[in-house]
Amino acid sequence: MALEKFARGIEEFGEIIILGAKTVKTVFTTKPDIPQISYQMVLMGSQSMNIVMVTGLFVGMVLAIQTAYTLAAFGAKLYIGEVVSVSMTRELGPALISLLVGGRVGAGITAELGTMNVTEQIDALRSMGADPVKKLVSPRLIAFVISLPILVLIANAMGVLGGYFISALELDISGKFYMNHVFRMLKFNDVFSGLGKTLFFAVFVTLIACRNGFKAQGGADGVGRATTSTVVLSAITILISNFFLTKLFLIL
Amino acid sequence: MKPFVQCSGIKKSFGSKEVLKGVDLIVEEGKTLVILGGSGSGKSVLLKIIIGLLKPDSGRIFIEGEDVTDYSEKELLSIRRKISYMFQWGALFDSMTVFDNVAFPLREMGVSENEVEERVAEKLSILGLKDAGKLFPQDLSGGMKKRVALARSIISEPKCILYDEPTAGLDPITANQINKLIRKMQQMLNITSVVVTHDIKSMFYVADKVAFLYEGIINFYGDIAEAEKSGSDTLKEFIYGGERNGV
Ligand SMILES: Nc1ncnc2c1ncn2[C@@H]1O[C@H](COP(=O)(O)OP(=O)(O)OP(=O)(O)O)[C@@H](O)[C@H]1O
Ligand SMILES: [Mg+2]
Repeated sequence: MALEKFARGIEEFGEIIILGAKTVKTVFTTKPDIPQISYQMVLMGSQSMNIVMVTGLFVGMVLAIQTAYTLAAFGAKLYIGEVVSVSMTRELGPALISLLVGGRVGAGITAELGTMNVTEQIDALRSMGADPVKKLVSPRLIAFVISLPILVLIANAMGVLGGYFISALELDISGKFYMNHVFRMLKFNDVFSGLGKTLFFAVFVTLIACRNGFKAQGGADGVGRATTSTVVLSAITILISNFFLTKLFLIL
Repeated sequence: MKPFVQCSGIKKSFGSKEVLKGVDLIVEEGKTLVILGGSGSGKSVLLKIIIGLLKPDSGRIFIEGEDVTDYSEKELLSIRRKISYMFQWGALFDSMTVFDNVAFPLREMGVSENEVEERVAEKLSILGLKDAGKLFPQDLSGGMKKRVALARSIISEPKCILYDEPTAGLDPITANQINKLIRKMQQMLNITSVVVTHDIKSMFYVADKVAFLYEGIINFYGDIAEAEKSGSDTLKEFIYGGERNGV
């Protein structure tokens, strides 16, 4: 039983890798479908903009409060700008937003492709000589690889803004002072390494979601199960790969 | 007679369920073969194997004499230019309008947009869908979906068309128009056709040859007159059952 589950896990992993290889090849060897990519980007953006702004803002505010509270003992309340901006851009923005948006977008992709699969639309594509990877996977992959970093960047900005509100309204630190500290400490490298990780997350989520959609079987029920599995697997993949990618970007 | 499609010894199982147990079948070029068979007997599976959407567990498929059984998805491209498949449930793209659905095969082939407009408009009007071009599949009735699927499968005028229950669920008048259209396509353009149907009236109208798929094999193959004479009792019941019972 456990062995069977393990074997299925390995198989699933293999399928995702194969799909990934095909997709990468397609992305680099065929003309991008610009209208479809932009359509997907708008869809992903509009699906996620609210979560991104709210999450960014509130995480920034919490960071500011927590920092003020823990650092008060050291009399270092003044460094809130640094702490908020660096933790937001290096870690919290990329990881949290990728988890939330990845779940949202991944579920949407699996539900859509899964429905197409159980209603034979994917077979219909193939029967008319169209390649499902080219038609469905690569536009979504490109769109998400572009959208996710943008969404994370927006969340980062909202986070810094959240810190600003708390500093100014609750901690008696002037907004100007806070902002000076934000920009004094924040390096291009912080933002870059954070956004760099999201490129990988976007690829992982899209591939998991597309693979599960293509495998969905047996009506609405099967599509539902595939969607749940996408959300869970995306989250785990993001959390684990985040650790290794963080190490990697520290070496670079 | 030259075979366009030839299946030899096709077997296919799903899990422990053996659906096709060695199907041998020939579709002659330029003719219409009607496949009869009970629900769940594997008719749709057989069509999907012919066009390469499913691979058989064993047996060979020949298209115009070419063994395509082990073709990759890429190699099958040339086959799919020659053969189109009308899906039983339509398989229309929900994200596209009726017009774009019907235009899809032409655009895939790189036909110019002017010609696409013209040809799609023509087919839509033949099928009584003139005003439906801008609608999406979810706005259509079952019968309209069927006709859109039909339009999409004939638009590129391929050498061979596989129709999976083209008249099921249609009113008698529309069903009749579709039968005529299938016949016309075959006679005017010399299109080889395979029609899976439960509709016996339709069979009498379009068939040159009849094949009866029963318990995983072709139980009868021949023309209608032969079927009446020498077909098995099951086949006779299939064809005349309803009428004998006075329906
Ligand atoms: N992808 C699949 N996975 C598992 N089983 C399948 C699959 N496709 C078909 N089957 C099974 O194969 C059998 C034959 O199915 P098929 O759709 O070919 O029947 P059919 O003759 O077309 O019936 P109908 O007249 O109702 O359309 C059925 O029992 C079906 O459950
Ligand atoms: Mg069927």
